[in-house]
Amino acid sequence: MEELDAEPPLLVVPGADPSARQLCFAWGPAEALVCETLFGRRGTGDGGPSSSRLFVVRKDQDIYIQTLRKLFNESHGIFIGLQRSEEELAGKSRKAQLVQVSKNYRSVIRACMEDMHQAAISARDPALHSQYSTQVSILSAMELIWNLCEILFVEAAAAGPLLLRLLDWVRLHVCDVDNMVREVLSSENPSKHELFWNVVDVFVLQGRMDEARHLLSKEASANPTSMNMYRILDDLMKKMPMPSLSNTQTLTEMELKWQHWHEECQRYLQDGTFASNSHMESICKILVGDEDAILEKKELLTTWYHFLVTRLLYSHPTVKPMELRFYAQSSMDLFLGGESSPEPLDTILMAAFEFEMHQVIKECSIALSNWWFVAHLTDLLDHCKLLQSHNLYFGSNMREFLLLEYASGLFSHHSLWQLGVDYFDHCPEYGRVYLELHIERIPLNTEQKALKVLRICEQRQMHEQVRSICKIMAMKALRNNRLGSALSWSIRAKDAAFATLISDRFLKDYCERGSFSDLDLIDNLGPSMLLSDRLTFLGKYREFHRLYGEKRFSEAARLLLMLMTARIAPRSFWMTLLTDALPLLEQKEVIFSAEQTYELMRCLEDLTAGKSDKQKFQEEDVETMKVEMLRLALARNLARVIIKEGTLEGS
Amino acid sequence: MEDVCAKFVSQKISKTRWRPLPSAALQPPDLFATGSWDNEDNRISIWSVGDVGNVGLNGEYQGEPQLLCDIRHNGDVMDMQFLDQERIVVASSTGTVTIFRHHQNNQTLSANQRWEKAHYHVDQDTSCGGATCTGVICNNPEIVTVGEDGRINLFRADQKNAVRSIDNADSSTLHAVTFLRTNEILTVNSIGQLKIWDLRQQRNEPSQIFSLTGDRVPLHCVDRHPNQQHIVATGGQDGMLSIWDIRQGTMPVCLLNAHEAEMWEVHFHPSNPDHLFTCSEDGSLWHWDTSTDVSEKPSFLHQGGRSTTYLSHSAINQSVVSAWLSNDPTKDRMEITNLIPNQTLSVNSLDVLGPCLVYGTDAEAIYVNRQLFA
Repeated sequence: MEELDAEPPLLVVPGADPSARQLCFAWGPAEALVCETLFGRRGTGDGGPSSSRLFVVRKDQDIYIQTLRKLFNESHGIFIGLQRSEEELAGKSRKAQLVQVSKNYRSVIRACMEDMHQAAISARDPALHSQYSTQVSILSAMELIWNLCEILFVEAAAAGPLLLRLLDWVRLHVCDVDNMVREVLSSENPSKHELFWNVVDVFVLQGRMDEARHLLSKEASANPTSMNMYRILDDLMKKMPMPSLSNTQTLTEMELKWQHWHEECQRYLQDGTFASNSHMESICKILVGDEDAILEKKELLTTWYHFLVTRLLYSHPTVKPMELRFYAQSSMDLFLGGESSPEPLDTILMAAFEFEMHQVIKECSIALSNWWFVAHLTDLLDHCKLLQSHNLYFGSNMREFLLLEYASGLFSHHSLWQLGVDYFDHCPEYGRVYLELHIERIPLNTEQKALKVLRICEQRQMHEQVRSICKIMAMKALRNNRLGSALSWSIRAKDAAFATLISDRFLKDYCERGSFSDLDLIDNLGPSMLLSDRLTFLGKYREFHRLYGEKRFSEAARLLLMLMTARIAPRSFWMTLLTDALPLLEQKEVIFSAEQTYELMRCLEDLTAGKSDKQKFQEEDVETMKVEMLRLALARNLARVIIKEGTLEGS
Repeated sequence: MEDVCAKFVSQKISKTRWRPLPSAALQPPDLFATGSWDNEDNRISIWSVGDVGNVGLNGEYQGEPQLLCDIRHNGDVMDMQFLDQERIVVASSTGTVTIFRHHQNNQTLSANQRWEKAHYHVDQDTSCGGATCTGVICNNPEIVTVGEDGRINLFRADQKNAVRSIDNADSSTLHAVTFLRTNEILTVNSIGQLKIWDLRQQRNEPSQIFSLTGDRVPLHCVDRHPNQQHIVATGGQDGMLSIWDIRQGTMPVCLLNAHEAEMWEVHFHPSNPDHLFTCSEDGSLWHWDTSTDVSEKPSFLHQGGRSTTYLSHSAINQSVVSAWLSNDPTKDRMEITNLIPNQTLSVNSLDVLGPCLVYGTDAEAIYVNRQLFA
């Protein structure tokens, strides 16, 4: 067994007391059943039959959060779109498409976060409120990680644009300072506000030069004495070279310009131009990339990755993707300064900066309480062709493994199971088997639901499951005494044995009541009558009754005889058929020909000859009387028919 | 599809219905009801789309539907119908039929009248044995329900007991019901039969049976032409749309190949019956339009992502001029538009009223289109 990556978390089952009674468990597809046993640690003598309880422990908790259902459903659509998307699109357009997909996923997370935030605000119950708030922070962490992965892996931004993307990333996610900025900007006189310089610093740290200059110009107009100083700083900030997204300037060009600008800043700093104003001096120090000066603003940076990006902006603006890891590691060390150990989120981001994609996915799987995130992210990265080389020592590959886990979670949910189907469809190796095993376990409480499940199975040619579902429905109908429905289901399943069983029930009912139920169905069997011999007999026998009812006696007689001679009718039913022949034999006009009468007689003798004397003795008088009556009727009919046929031939 | 707004509602939607408009009203409908299925607690919800505060720049409506109120419903919502402006009749998978009242002054819902186990297997009094009620239709104050037990019930909104029950009316499952005339109803069942029942007659048998050919494909939905009562549309398990003329024959007048899976609902537009709408398990919603004279257009078009096809269909010679039954080869074309291009999960229900369309899906979303004919 491989070494564990993390200590498995301890789950306390509320209500269970392992110190009093030992627990046992059984695995299910996505949950485990835990129950108390009779074995206790406090001796076994007192173990009276007190109540023992059963607990259901679920693996994927988040599946059951109401607000997240929106996330699951909307992302399902994006996932399907991605699987269907054109693989042929080459190079840039394919990349743009994948980036768009990634953005769509993120906007769904954001929308969900909004909803959750609203729910948290409107929640009156403090427990509920904190639950929602936790969800909001988890979602926001998910979006933060996803966004970074999008920049580094999906878009794979090159040196230059990479920094711009990282700046956007920081601006989007470090929102702790936004409130402060809003407060200052909305005050009557921003430059007099006590947090004024903090806001300017925030803008500088995030590289929002225009906004910083705008604020500074207000301050400058209030201080005409230090006008010159302001003008110089403003000029420096204006001139700061930035990498461009378009290809108008080469990297070397940019580096040269930047070097020049950097030296200019340094010169002013050494001149002591800003010495009279500590705020402006510290800004200038930031501009030259002085790490200590940046670190002083720790409160405003709030996180080590903000520090990293600011540091890159002012000291290595053309950082290459592969160099990120060194800066990231040192930034984290400097920022945390040994005071606190990195949290799971820090390790995940660090792994991303190190381009350890597998590490990112692994850490996320451990840290997050759902499979949604890793399954979708891995699938996206797989579509970027970044994960192909990696194979697990179990299952097929990581993408499929994670999708299977996620979809299994969906299938354990009473309502979300429908989404799981499509995920299984896109797992080439084990998806089908998983689907087969899961789909059979869907409870079928209405026919409509059964039809939906059936449709899923039929579309995928899962014949075994189709049969089993139809059989379940047929059994249910039978138990409810709905013979017609039961027959329909078994015809749909092409289940001959069951159709026979139900046909027998129909015939039994007929024998007991003397009339058929569900005529609308039996009269309309059509070709499906051929499914089983018994069903054929049922259909034909009903046809006999119809012919008889319509007074088409000779046709009816021929059909009746055929049912016996062609061995369509079961033996046990022959006596009934022969009894049905009685009124035909007693009709005024002769219906059975001599030959047909002989056939009937042979059938009767066949039936009686098979029985031993002992059986005969035991049989009821009714039966013997019936046989006697039949014999008499047959004999009389024979006599009549001989005369008739003789006369006809003679004349 | 910029004119459609969607809302994810965290429950699979089985039914959507517009609240009917008062007869004199000229405004488009502003309220609709939805029912959910397959949830641990299912709900009936009332939504508003006509909020004045959300009027956009051009005066058209921008925002998404707003939830006004909802109430728990026991079992899956199988069918739903407005009885009048305030009351909704709901059919449940437990066999219960409930009338909910929407109190508009304080925006609440309450159960107004309930028929427990209106549909049942074996015995109505046992603790279990409720049979799914699959369809309901109202003609105030009368309510007709059908179910998996093959039973037809006639209720009156103000009476506690059923006015009439036809036990074992059908040996297979009845899937849907609609009024043909005041005293006649149409039912469709799971062996492809369309039956007419005359409720005035005491006989417990249908007055007429129509059926598809030998295939016995189950029929799932039925709707009657609002003006020409002899024209009936049904949708089947294979996604086929059948048009029937109940004055003659026992077979459909025409069969139109439509969806790839079960057709769950079919609706003639109530005031513009040249238009028909169908939705299906395959995740599509089709708009069938026989009103346009398309003889001069090419036979296959692509318009802004919607695929539009003109189909010719065969029909038996008709004396009454109706687009649905006509067989004039030059005029005999209809325009069919799929209103949902990239849907994957089933569209379970739709409703049209005036220029507005609402539909609900298994992807837990409701969609409202307020400019259907724009």
